[in-house]
Amino acid sequence: MATTAVVGHGHPPTTTGLDHRKIAIWAFIGSECMLFTSLISTYLIYKGRSVNGPFPHEVCNPPQCPTVMQPILNIPVTSVSTFVLLMSSLAMVLALAAVENKDKPGWAGTGWWGRTLASSRVWLMATAILGATFLGFQAYEFTSFVHEGLTIRKNLFGSSFFTLTGFHGAHVTVGVLWLLTLFAIDVRRGLGPKDALLVDISALYWHFVDVVWIAIFTLVYLIR
Amino acid sequence: MATAAAAPSLPHAGYTEPTGIWSWLTTVDHKRIGALYLWTSLTWFCVGGLEAVMIRAQLQGPNGRLVSAETYNQLFTMHGTTMVFLVIMPLSAAFFNLLIPLQIGARDVAFPRLNAFSYWVYLFGSLFMNASWLIRQAPDGGWFGYTPLTTLPFSQNLNIDFWMLGLQILGVSSLAAGFNFITTIINMRAPGMHFMRMPIFTWMAFIVQFLLVLAFPVITIALVFLQFDRFFGTTFYLTTAGGDPLLWQHLFWIFGHPEVYILILPAFGLVSEVLPTFSRKPLFGYPVMVYSGMLIAFLGFGVWAHHMFAVGMGPIADTLFAVTTMLIGIPTGVKIFNWIFTMWGGDLRFTVAMKFAIALVGLFTIGGISGVMHASPPADLQQTDTYFIVAHFHYVLFGGSMMGLFAGVYYYFPKLTGRLLSEKIGNWHFWLAFVGMNLTFMPMHWSGLVGMPRRTWVYDSGQGLEPFNLMSSIGAYIQAVSVIIFAYNVWVSRRRGGIAGNDPWGAPTLEWSIPSPPPDYNFAVVPTVTSRYPLWDRKSPELTREVPHTREGERAINVDIAGKHVGHVDHAIGNPPGGAVSSERIRTAKELGIPMPNPTIKPLFVALWMTLMFASLILIHKGKQPMAIAGIITFALAMTLTLYSWLLTPLEDEH
Repeated sequence: MATTAVVGHGHPPTTTGLDHRKIAIWAFIGSECMLFTSLISTYLIYKGRSVNGPFPHEVCNPPQCPTVMQPILNIPVTSVSTFVLLMSSLAMVLALAAVENKDKPGWAGTGWWGRTLASSRVWLMATAILGATFLGFQAYEFTSFVHEGLTIRKNLFGSSFFTLTGFHGAHVTVGVLWLLTLFAIDVRRGLGPKDALLVDISALYWHFVDVVWIAIFTLVYLIR
Repeated sequence: MATAAAAPSLPHAGYTEPTGIWSWLTTVDHKRIGALYLWTSLTWFCVGGLEAVMIRAQLQGPNGRLVSAETYNQLFTMHGTTMVFLVIMPLSAAFFNLLIPLQIGARDVAFPRLNAFSYWVYLFGSLFMNASWLIRQAPDGGWFGYTPLTTLPFSQNLNIDFWMLGLQILGVSSLAAGFNFITTIINMRAPGMHFMRMPIFTWMAFIVQFLLVLAFPVITIALVFLQFDRFFGTTFYLTTAGGDPLLWQHLFWIFGHPEVYILILPAFGLVSEVLPTFSRKPLFGYPVMVYSGMLIAFLGFGVWAHHMFAVGMGPIADTLFAVTTMLIGIPTGVKIFNWIFTMWGGDLRFTVAMKFAIALVGLFTIGGISGVMHASPPADLQQTDTYFIVAHFHYVLFGGSMMGLFAGVYYYFPKLTGRLLSEKIGNWHFWLAFVGMNLTFMPMHWSGLVGMPRRTWVYDSGQGLEPFNLMSSIGAYIQAVSVIIFAYNVWVSRRRGGIAGNDPWGAPTLEWSIPSPPPDYNFAVVPTVTSRYPLWDRKSPELTREVPHTREGERAINVDIAGKHVGHVDHAIGNPPGGAVSSERIRTAKELGIPMPNPTIKPLFVALWMTLMFASLILIHKGKQPMAIAGIITFALAMTLTLYSWLLTPLEDEH
């Protein structure tokens, strides 16, 4: 048996050539798919089975509601917040590109736009701000629903809706904290191509959370 | 048996581990974490066994008066929960930890600190769940925790809170370990270790990790719904609000059935290592063993509703799930036959490990066949909720999983500790466990078929149930004796067992090419692998040394372990090896220039704060909401800060 000379300094190379963290984040995302599948399935199973209002897409008439209640979902507002979240994914892509190309001055062109495009700090912060804006929309949505009489205890719709979107919001919150941490590291010591993996795995997570929202927006808000 | 050749390669005295409690609290070494998993899960095995003995003492005769109905409910719930989540899963995890890096030729797992975190979460979660005994409010809703029984209107005490929060905590441990091992196996294989050259245990472990990371999120969500219902007044499981009484059952069993394969596949993997070694033959049909493992896992996600035939899902669903359930018998049967063909014509050596492995093949087959019986809905309607089902799953979980895991304990104890378990005491352990197991669970088939229901704390006399129950109880006591003997064996062999050397069994896989116990870096030189059985490989003469690969070779060399012939190692205790150990010291990682991760206490604290954060929720039901919220925020903050400190500290020193 030939023994290769992997003695001594450093670690042997990985089998796939990929960093461990890259594989782990994919395994994690696979696991998260099952988490959100369970939540979304429960929402869909319970759709239309609430014994009292308010309802997502239907008018609620007495005796199911004390007074006539309009459908509660505000699709125009949520469309805006969905757009904000989608744009955050774009900013995330630009942040990763900026980190990966840090050692190629002028890769994004010259002028203020080129410098902006090449600034990882701008795009990391932009992603975090867009994510936080989405959370602001969600906070607004939740409070207005509560004012209109839909709480998490109200009916099956309230329980499954708040739990599903709340879980998603919690994931966005973790993502925003992650991005702010990366931003802080970038400010402190600067992120370069050798740190690209750090940004890469956060981007994978961020895009995943974004994709989940597209599923939620379609299945919960758009489809009646 | 003339002069004993030096046992198969005994070049070193073994590695001297660091000692002291602090070294254990801060360890990130996968072998030591494996040892922690092993000792902790064996401790819980004794606790769960004690619960079983109390159940059997209560049922020994008609109208038993040993425990109250309430205590009985807590006993059977905690017996099931303990054995599934605190014994078989972590005992399997002990072997994942110990073996996966060694079998694939790696120096540690991909994320050593995450690995430590998994263990501490398991430890704290198990302690939390069992703390419920102290206030006499142990979980009492069955290990499956069916709603609406477990919702607040029907279970107002803390019993269910301990159960659902405990399971939630333990789930974190399994998920973290799952991501870790998937990455380790994909990314840390030694050069030449293709997927189809991986040892079969690592293969089964690999498959189990996928089951874990895909099945645990489902029960996480089911438990989240239950927690929200109980703590925050949501209506998921409230039938009065229109909630579906079957939602929990579906979610639970979508997790619960893959869980069954999470429990059995590691044992299958261990047995697939033990049988070839003691048959002196490669595993029969290695690729088919791999594929059948995958197929079992895949089909395992499509059979969950066979646990629910009695709820009336309708003929189409019943038929579908009956068919998929019967299908899963095929890959399982393939494994049974492959084990038999592995032994066929082999040079069998009946060590204790081999006996446990053969016991799995036989006993699991019995449990598997009764399983196919209630795959048929009409038969299941007769058998469900009777002792027939109890008999079935104890044949697969005790006769299958535990027998396989015991085979693994006897087989790998020398690798973990450097000393062999006594074969003589081990024989007593095996035969008492085997006889006791069959005496306990075989009569349950009959008591079940004559109609004895599960989960009842008493039965009346004159229904023909007395002899079966008496037999079952006597069998349980015999098993208890066998466990005591096992504990004695571990105790005495840990100190005075025969010195194992690198490869006491003449086994073929990489973990046996290094000293026992292995040094912290495992492999001084990362091996290049050229076949499935590198140590039996004629192309690797420097690895095989004096290990024989044929029956003729073994007879010619007359292999000895610790001065004793391998077939008769029963006198090994107390006998120092006859000069077979070289005085050459094993070099340290530093001398070899191998970077090693630094020990750290942080994973322990993250696990502790997380457990306390979940535990704070309990206070809500004690009417102390502000305290609960304060606790949750404090511990969440402590957890986050410790986690940051962990993540921002490099794993190892700069070099």
